[in-house]
Amino acid sequence: MINIGVLALQGAVREHVRALEAPDVNVVVVKKALQLEEIDGLVFPGGESTTMRRLINLYGFYEPLKQFAREGKPVFGTCAGAILMAKEIAGQPEPHLSVMDMTVERNAFGRQRESFEAYLPMKHVGEDIEAVFIRAPIIQSVGPEVEVLAEYDGQIVAAQEGPFVACSFHPELTEDDRFHQYFVQVVRDSIKVGVTAE
Amino acid sequence: MEKRTGTERVKRGMAEMQKGGVIMDVINAEQAKIAEEAGAVAVMALERVPSDIRAAGGVARMADPTIVEEVRDAVSIPVMAKARIGHIVEARLLEALGVDYIDESEVLTPADEVFHLNKSDYTVPFVCGAKDLGEATRRIGEGASMLRTKGEPGTGNIVEAVRHQRLIQAQVRKVISMSDDELMTEAKNLGAPFHVLQDIRETGRLPVVNFAAGGIATPADAALMMHLGSDGVFVGSGIFKSDNPEKFGRAIVEATTHYDDFSLIAELSKDLGVAMKGIEISTLEAKDRMQDRGW
Repeated sequence: MINIGVLALQGAVREHVRALEAPDVNVVVVKKALQLEEIDGLVFPGGESTTMRRLINLYGFYEPLKQFAREGKPVFGTCAGAILMAKEIAGQPEPHLSVMDMTVERNAFGRQRESFEAYLPMKHVGEDIEAVFIRAPIIQSVGPEVEVLAEYDGQIVAAQEGPFVACSFHPELTEDDRFHQYFVQVVRDSIKVGVTAE
Repeated sequence: MEKRTGTERVKRGMAEMQKGGVIMDVINAEQAKIAEEAGAVAVMALERVPSDIRAAGGVARMADPTIVEEVRDAVSIPVMAKARIGHIVEARLLEALGVDYIDESEVLTPADEVFHLNKSDYTVPFVCGAKDLGEATRRIGEGASMLRTKGEPGTGNIVEAVRHQRLIQAQVRKVISMSDDELMTEAKNLGAPFHVLQDIRETGRLPVVNFAAGGIATPADAALMMHLGSDGVFVGSGIFKSDNPEKFGRAIVEATTHYDDFSLIAELSKDLGVAMKGIEISTLEAKDRMQDRGW
């Protein structure tokens, strides 16, 4: 069994739990920092990034989350989750957890009335991924080690840097679990690598 | 790559992102910033909080657009605003101002006593109040993307929100357990759209997020509403009518996230100063009961 956590401070937690389901996956709803020790991979759900960051500090998650990423354990962030992961946030002096080499721009498509859905081709995942963008950020630029997984209208909307995967839309809001299952595979592979290294 | 805005999924999804959070009433940019700093997931831009609307009497309308714009420009979290029940133009106007969610609200004086807004027509999503499952599903049928209990706004008294949330949850449980031949009669009895009840029975839950609202005055009140199955809470008059809004706001946010951590909530509840005074419901005259507005 592999254990994948969903950070449950605020936001769309239940949807991620459902999308991660697989016969060899045990999904853990993470509310306390100690639980990070039990898991092999972690999802940062969509929600409000400002709120989540405040709660991360408040509940002593900041350092443990940085440590989790430093150990190279897989992390998947959707929308607000991607903002938490970015090394830089346009127009903001400080990033949040700074685990992935990319610059994000918040609310880049506009306000809620500009929120939309569209089908996208995504590298390694599929040609027709349903993507729901809600007050979504974009990934303005990525570092040399980062692979762009998907673009919409010339803007980067999904990317991967080794064990770290981020997207600006909400795969958890669709019935299409391919992107989540891709992340589950990233977690499986990271465990195999860990075993060989030992 | 065809782009579709204002779809049901995009509108309902916006509310899904607010789950586990607190939405706070604010009347200016300064309060909005305090709310954001305290960890609110959204703010509701108003001209007056419900307890002041109650005190002022007269006709309560949509806020001055200047206030909505001021709040919108002050924070990066979503901004909601209230339109009168059935007031098509107030709703269109708020949509044009770029608010992220409209509350078709009984806190304001209804513009139409027969028809609620046809919310499916709009690109912007709507939240609506409900006292029971019939009302909740009628609003969903009209296109509401989020629900909240009506409670009794501006009273600082939680009893009505508790009544509404308990009733809705009990009625959902009943629908889930029904057989095919019982469902239509239930739809008739509740005055509920049949297809929404079918949806509830199939998925085992309401198709949209359901927050608590109306009378939440303390961190313990917020935690109680979460305990009863609310997806999050709206706090109206409670925060900025308290002695120390910063501290009060933070305490309510924390109590909402960790609603099952009672020693934490005990800590949070210390030295918060005086909460809003509150009104006993039985002393309200029928004309002052906001929850009876709308149908």
